[in-house]
Amino acid sequence: MVTTKDRVPAVVGSLTEPAPPPPPGRRRRIARGDDAPLSTGGKVGQVVRWILLIGITFMFMYPFLWLLAASFKPRGQVFDNRLIPLTWQPANYAKVFDELPLLNWIGNSVFIALAAAVLVTVSSSLVAFGFAYFRFPLRGFLFGLVLATMMLPGAVTLIPQYLIWNNLGLVGTNVPLWGANLFGSAFYIFMQRQFFLGLPRETFEASRVDGLSYWGMFWRIAFPLSVPSFIIIFLFEFQASWNNLQAALIYLNAGSPDQYTVPLGIASAMVKYSPTAGGHGDYQYVMVASLLVTLPMLVLFAFGQRYFIQGIATQGRKG
Amino acid sequence: MTASPASDTRRKAPRPPIKQRKYNRREALAGLAFISPWLLGFLIFTLGAMLYSLYISFTYYSLATNTANPAGFANYELLLEDPKVMLALGNTLFYAVLAVPLELIVALSLALLLNSVRFGSGFFRTVFYLPKMTPAVATASVFLLLLNGNQGAINRGLAALGIQGPQWLLDPGWIKPSIVLMTLWAVSGTMVIFLAALKNVPRELYEVAELDGAGKVRQFFSITTPMISGALFFNFIVLTIAALQVFDQAYLLFYRDNTAAAPDASLFYGVYLFQQAFRQFNFGFASAMAWLIFVIIMVISVVQVRLSNRFVYYESER
Repeated sequence: MVTTKDRVPAVVGSLTEPAPPPPPGRRRRIARGDDAPLSTGGKVGQVVRWILLIGITFMFMYPFLWLLAASFKPRGQVFDNRLIPLTWQPANYAKVFDELPLLNWIGNSVFIALAAAVLVTVSSSLVAFGFAYFRFPLRGFLFGLVLATMMLPGAVTLIPQYLIWNNLGLVGTNVPLWGANLFGSAFYIFMQRQFFLGLPRETFEASRVDGLSYWGMFWRIAFPLSVPSFIIIFLFEFQASWNNLQAALIYLNAGSPDQYTVPLGIASAMVKYSPTAGGHGDYQYVMVASLLVTLPMLVLFAFGQRYFIQGIATQGRKG
Repeated sequence: MTASPASDTRRKAPRPPIKQRKYNRREALAGLAFISPWLLGFLIFTLGAMLYSLYISFTYYSLATNTANPAGFANYELLLEDPKVMLALGNTLFYAVLAVPLELIVALSLALLLNSVRFGSGFFRTVFYLPKMTPAVATASVFLLLLNGNQGAINRGLAALGIQGPQWLLDPGWIKPSIVLMTLWAVSGTMVIFLAALKNVPRELYEVAELDGAGKVRQFFSITTPMISGALFFNFIVLTIAALQVFDQAYLLFYRDNTAAAPDASLFYGVYLFQQAFRQFNFGFASAMAWLIFVIIMVISVVQVRLSNRFVYYESER
């Protein structure tokens, strides 16, 4: 904040010299002095931008519309690109549950995502509280390590982690898909620490004087105050876990299809119906399944939009 | 009582309370107890795992017997001898060079557009964000058909404009653009970071610039770009790291079926590493591959951070 004032003249100063003559009409808008954003163009500019945005919206929404339509089509028409099916076949939605153990996959994924999200929220906030409120040797160094692990490519720990789970006899179970979340996760620790640092320190010290234990400080005061940032962590992790394909491929692929998660299950369904793998091209079931597993994410976003946006914006700020 | 100059200032300050030692023993122990989950996880699942991975990379590891026989540098020599390693590395770097700038440009353009409409930007932001929420399997299952060279919607759309679309998923030259296209569809995470940065640019700067007669282009390069350079470099670094580790899309489009032959152009480093590790169980070789990409990512990140320190304008340096 302080440095802004020092730097602003330098930025603007460079503009003053080669000033092209201002186009007519430009100054009028400034003189108006209202709160409207400056660079919004005139009425025409706004209309052009809206047309552009609506065009882009169509491009972004098209795959969803295509998926929705395809999920109602019979086998031979899945590829026909019609947004309104020629033949409606709503029975796809009932039959998909006979074709694929979709309920199992959803159940597995819900369990794993809940376990992953709850564990990582609790553990990350414990760790973050430790970093935010206590002075202990090497604190700065250790927090630096937390930040450093955010940049670490997963490849260098992938195989030893597999060996750890293998030695524990847990390969083939879903434990490896959420177990490591017991230890917290770097980005969430960082985010939660920022949140704790924003709380007034006096609250905690007063409670300390009142004889509350350190644990009490966390559990009675910090924890209830952190609900908004817990929601962010929970939603992010739930989504990440729901979409996690690679871990499922590593730990569950060899087992029974009933143990699959949603991403692994649909990936296997894409193969199952493929003519090259002996299927008959019943891709409408893949479409129904894809739609059904996307919907919970869209609902999650509908309810938690501001938390997602806030969480993403926090990511940017750490840079 | 030691009469060090520091003890005077300490007594004057209301807090922290007077301390005999540098750290309050109880407080330090409590702090360590709170961070112990992370510390434990770091020592086992990160640091321990990395050291073990390094060790395995110098061995032939047999999963069946859980034994590691020393291999010297054989796995690292194989990195140079196996043509698929260089092929995969080349594909991955090419993809990153293609994808990252396009992602930055598209995300920034969308953010600028959203930032310049007077109302409705919240609605459009929501719409643009939906692809980001969509699981990669769902995206892949749709794009597999959208990108179909003969009957896919994308080529039908191009044909309507009189353009003969390519064989996206078959022509080696169009495989990476196909994956870029899927990535761009879900570029909204990057867009949201840009949008947050744009909202933080002080309005007065534009007002002053307009008074000085600076045009829109000039304003973009002289005000917007420096003011959002932090977000720009953050996205640049994060997207590069992500692009170098691309896996899901390539796997789903080309490798989901273990029996079918996938084109060489679709062999990305992450996919080949996965195959070596968890399909062939060549843990030693796969670990050597992991360390190669680790070093490459580190070098690229360090260069990017150096660059960003030179060019980024930090609003509040602490």
